[in-house]
Amino acid sequence: MSGLARLVRSRRGLLGGVVVVAILTAGILAPAVAPYSYSSQSLLLRLKPPTASHWLGTDGFGRDILTRVVWGARVSLEIGFLATGLAILVGTAVGGAAGYFGGAVDTAIMRVADVFMSVPALFLILVVVALFGASLLNTALVVGLVTWAPVARIVRGECLTLRARDFVEAARALGASHGRILARHVLVNALPAIIVQGTLLLGQTILIESGLSYLGLGVQPPTPSWGNMVVEGRQFLASAWWVSTFPGLAIFATVLGFNLFGDGLRDALDPALRSGSR
Amino acid sequence: MSRGLGRYIAKRLGFAGLMLAGVSVILFTLMRLAPGGPEAVLIGGEFSQEVAAQVRQRLGLDRPLPAQYGSWVLAALRGDLGRSFKTGDPVLTLILDRLGPTLQLTGGALVLALAVAVPLGALAAVRRDTVWDTLASAVSLFGVSFPSFWLGIMLILLFSEALHLFPPSGLSEYGHEGDLGARLRHAVLPTLTLGLIQMASFMRFTRSSLLEALRQDYVRTAQAKGVPGVRVIWRHAFRNALIPVVTVVGLSLPTLVGGAVLTETVFAWPGIGRLAVGAVFERDYPVIMGVNLLVATVVIAANLLTDLAYCIIDPRISYS
Repeated sequence: MSGLARLVRSRRGLLGGVVVVAILTAGILAPAVAPYSYSSQSLLLRLKPPTASHWLGTDGFGRDILTRVVWGARVSLEIGFLATGLAILVGTAVGGAAGYFGGAVDTAIMRVADVFMSVPALFLILVVVALFGASLLNTALVVGLVTWAPVARIVRGECLTLRARDFVEAARALGASHGRILARHVLVNALPAIIVQGTLLLGQTILIESGLSYLGLGVQPPTPSWGNMVVEGRQFLASAWWVSTFPGLAIFATVLGFNLFGDGLRDALDPALRSGSR
Repeated sequence: MSRGLGRYIAKRLGFAGLMLAGVSVILFTLMRLAPGGPEAVLIGGEFSQEVAAQVRQRLGLDRPLPAQYGSWVLAALRGDLGRSFKTGDPVLTLILDRLGPTLQLTGGALVLALAVAVPLGALAAVRRDTVWDTLASAVSLFGVSFPSFWLGIMLILLFSEALHLFPPSGLSEYGHEGDLGARLRHAVLPTLTLGLIQMASFMRFTRSSLLEALRQDYVRTAQAKGVPGVRVIWRHAFRNALIPVVTVVGLSLPTLVGGAVLTETVFAWPGIGRLAVGAVFERDYPVIMGVNLLVATVVIAANLLTDLAYCIIDPRISYS
């Protein structure tokens, strides 16, 4: 059975895939699918509960919450993909080098990775983002640079097993350079593991971003982000529960979607991994 | 204790010292490189260049960077972490005042998470592919997908706003700080929030660790000898499966502390996390340095202790 067929057959993976596609569509098509403008305010429409014209209600400025949740997907996905891409890039390069060369290079690199894994990421991100400004690029950069270590660890593990395989020996005997062997033979075979890790990491980076924007360190208003929408709703919790509830639900659904999809991908791409570590 | 272990500890302690030094240098440099200094926050509104220069001089920010760092290190080694730019209070006092609430919150969450995760994870492994297993994997999946701040707010919505069971914020009733019952009621929701989030990884790990142990030869031997099933699981498999769980608890400290930042903010809990958030917004350099170094020290020390415990419990592990 092909990987794709296995993915479709695993109900959890399929469910995750559907959620991921829905969120991606919402984020990409936000200007077209959002029913209202995300910044148009109306005092008459303040804090209206969900109705037929405003499915998820309105917030303290009378803005449509559904519209803002849809636009918020864009912000979360942009930062999520940028940060994850960066983490994958750094983690793959570093982990690949460690696993392929081994010895002192390996020890040195993995010690640095250990340091990154043992520092509370949120503290470091908090300091950097607060000091250098909370732009989309800054946030993505910092989140990416703090989350590469687990990727490096996995890629290293894959490379350690792959480098002893016959086809790598053969390439070496034929005189291929280190760079060529690493890129064409080792990393290509480590790709499934990298993709799975990337999917799971997307959920994590979106969670981190939402936490930052909850603290007021995400994109700045009036641009909607799920985290700052939850904060804005906090003050109306007693009278207008919907303001905080729906954006938070969007974060939860998105992260859950990526996690389910990642788990499904892992099962589909590598059945051997399944029995031990599910 | 063997000589090997002694050397291992010395090596690890040296490395821990290097790590702390590294963290402090990086933080120090980052703060000084950042655009806009603390003077803008301290003075507020419009101000002239002269006033800014005066403030920088008073805070010692006009000196060369290595000199600033040098005097900070020398003072820190004597236990003096400087004074807050904003309030003028000693940083160490500020931290110690807030350490209690944070320890209470993180400790409570850790105990709650373990109390639920270990039995449920074990049940999931023993009764594999039953409803218990599904429940455990659902809990762990939800745990890693919940934004902790939102979970906190939803708990407030349910238990404070709707059911009026628990207070939504603060450490205790104003004027009744000594009332133990009030303190406990205030602690319920934040502890639950942080504990639920933390549960996920413990459960996943207990389950896979016990599954691994159940496959070992000594378990099969015990079964073959006719030891009753429950006894095999608890006496032979479970005890061995717990060793890696100890490591995961040690490794989970960074996420626990990170989660405390958000949880404390949601529940207006007067702990280290809120101190850090406030200091970062106010560019209170000495407080940022102090809090981050404290957190780094605790995390590094916990990792070291976990590794050592591991070496001592399991003689097959070598020190290298």
